[in-house]
Amino acid sequence: MANDQKHAIPQTMPIQSATFSPEVNAEIRRAAATGIYDIRGGGAKRRVPHFDDLLFLGASMSRYPLEGYRERCDTNVVLGTRFAKKPIELDIPITIAGMSFGALSAQAKEALGRGASLAGTSTTTGDGGMTPEERGQSKTLIYQYLPSRYGMNPDDLRKADAIEVVVGQGAKPGGGGMLLGQKISDRVAEMRDLPKGIDQRSACRHPDWTGPDDLEIKILELREITGWEKPIYIKVGGARPYFDTTLAVKAGADVVVLDGMQGGTAATQDVFIEHVGQPTLACIRDAVRALEDQNMHRKVQLIVSGGIRSGADVAKALALGADAVSIGTAAMVALGDNDPKWEAEYQEMGTTAGAYDDWHEGRDPAGISTQDPELAKRLDPVEAGRRLNNYLKVMTLEAQTLARACGKNHVQHLEPEDLVALTMESAAMAQVPLAGTNWYPGKPGTQF
Amino acid sequence: MQTFDLEANGLRALNEALQAQSQHTNEIAWEVVNPRGSHAIAVGLDAPIEVTVKGSTGYYCAGMNKQATITVDGSAGPGVAENMMSGAVIVEGDASQYAGATGHGGLLVIKGNASSRCGISMKGIDIVVQGNVGHMSAFMAQKGNLVVCGDAGDALGDSIYEARLFVRGEVKSLGADCIEKEMRPEHLEILRGLLERSEIDAKPEEFRRYGSARKLYNFNIDNAY
Repeated sequence: MANDQKHAIPQTMPIQSATFSPEVNAEIRRAAATGIYDIRGGGAKRRVPHFDDLLFLGASMSRYPLEGYRERCDTNVVLGTRFAKKPIELDIPITIAGMSFGALSAQAKEALGRGASLAGTSTTTGDGGMTPEERGQSKTLIYQYLPSRYGMNPDDLRKADAIEVVVGQGAKPGGGGMLLGQKISDRVAEMRDLPKGIDQRSACRHPDWTGPDDLEIKILELREITGWEKPIYIKVGGARPYFDTTLAVKAGADVVVLDGMQGGTAATQDVFIEHVGQPTLACIRDAVRALEDQNMHRKVQLIVSGGIRSGADVAKALALGADAVSIGTAAMVALGDNDPKWEAEYQEMGTTAGAYDDWHEGRDPAGISTQDPELAKRLDPVEAGRRLNNYLKVMTLEAQTLARACGKNHVQHLEPEDLVALTMESAAMAQVPLAGTNWYPGKPGTQF
Repeated sequence: MQTFDLEANGLRALNEALQAQSQHTNEIAWEVVNPRGSHAIAVGLDAPIEVTVKGSTGYYCAGMNKQATITVDGSAGPGVAENMMSGAVIVEGDASQYAGATGHGGLLVIKGNASSRCGISMKGIDIVVQGNVGHMSAFMAQKGNLVVCGDAGDALGDSIYEARLFVRGEVKSLGADCIEKEMRPEHLEILRGLLERSEIDAKPEEFRRYGSARKLYNFNIDNAY
């Protein structure tokens, strides 16, 4: 073919398949090469309806606003008022979610305790037991009672301020924990009664109870061991929030912790993180409805977690009916996780600051999700704790700002009527009107 | 001997009284009458006292025990001696599901049979069962010894870690990654000691040992179930 003829025929533009995208193809090649599913930390990365899809209706004529930062807007919250002799009293409605020693370094756990205590809130142990550093630095410490029962003992149970029975986690409802062998130091191995260097599978179900009827008796035992002083939280993954909340209340929970699919994990299968559970936004109203149907809303408190990042998220979760929120991934970022100052090291590992999620490998340059003593030393618990305190204070100020704009003198006075939705999906999930209308999908007696 | 009538005085009063005993208490011997299948009897104890429950118990009797010796003069419900740290629990009759679950230490002796999931996720406890155990016993067992003088049900030792299992009778089936292992002199010695402490008349040589093949310790697709 002559050269001028060849150039006369238009060529089709190469088109990347939406189904077989470069990311999908890369994962197929990785799976073909290794024979193992992708394991990573963090929460769902896919775009799902979120708090960003809601807006507050600030006061104008029909509502009366409060003056920014001058007029009082309280933020305190009391958790565990149903049965416990000693409910948890916090200055702010933002708590630190359970993260294990083992998944995180001792320095990171200490920093979480320091930051939370400075801000007047609680932190939480994780799958691996309670460390002295964590107890020592946490004014209010919630002790997680997990299926693995790693490190579980009655002394630590009594040292805790509340007990959180973990039934599910938003990143992996129905799944257990995975702490891969490379992060099992001598100390972690000893705490968990397992040999050093082997993969540690935390069970996906509790060993000694099988349903809500059993759980009620299990909670009786925990209360008898701890003298009925401590609130009992029950944490469920955001999958069937109405039924799980109903059964948690039936089992005797003082507090229900509801973790949506954007909630993080130390390490699990990517397929689990991205394809199991419901967005946090979709879970809240069903959980609140379950409490209301039992006349237990505000009597059994609701803590919502899973992708909470800002005071706006906090305020929106509270407006939808939560009593408090919990943060995990955001707290890690506040400590210094994925900080651009470690960019060169992230790049050496084939990733970039902001996207690093191979926490199971134990090579975290920020010294947070690691058990390598040299890397862990990079994190100064005092400085990191100060950063977390700052962040918690900013989130609180932001939530107060929004509450005042809606005319509330306590952040818990926010209500669904203060919100509208930007999309039909978020309107349906949050059960607030689509902006500019008085309608949301599923609202009885109305039509689109 | 202190006698406590559970029906008359209630569970909270019983556990408060037992939990209040110190290391140097003179009130060593306790008898609990009228248990009538109550749950959470004698939980969270932390003193070298001796408690005898005169009758059968419900769930979680002797849960998280430290130091105490607790005897159930009857049968025990699910989760007896769960997460025991030290001390001893003796069940004269049968035990229901999850006996000795997640126990970190101490000795649990069941003179009758145990149901399913006996020793589930055990982490250092020694469990001796004079009769049989049900299915999924020693599931994910990490550490310690389970001695079964009778038969074991299906999927014994499923996903087991480093615990040692000794069975005198038949094993219906072994679970994932659990295999029969050689009985060496040190194992016979461990077994002899446990049988003596449990006051059970059986010969160590009559038992077979089971433990982890360790193929699931680090992920390999060829070993996955």
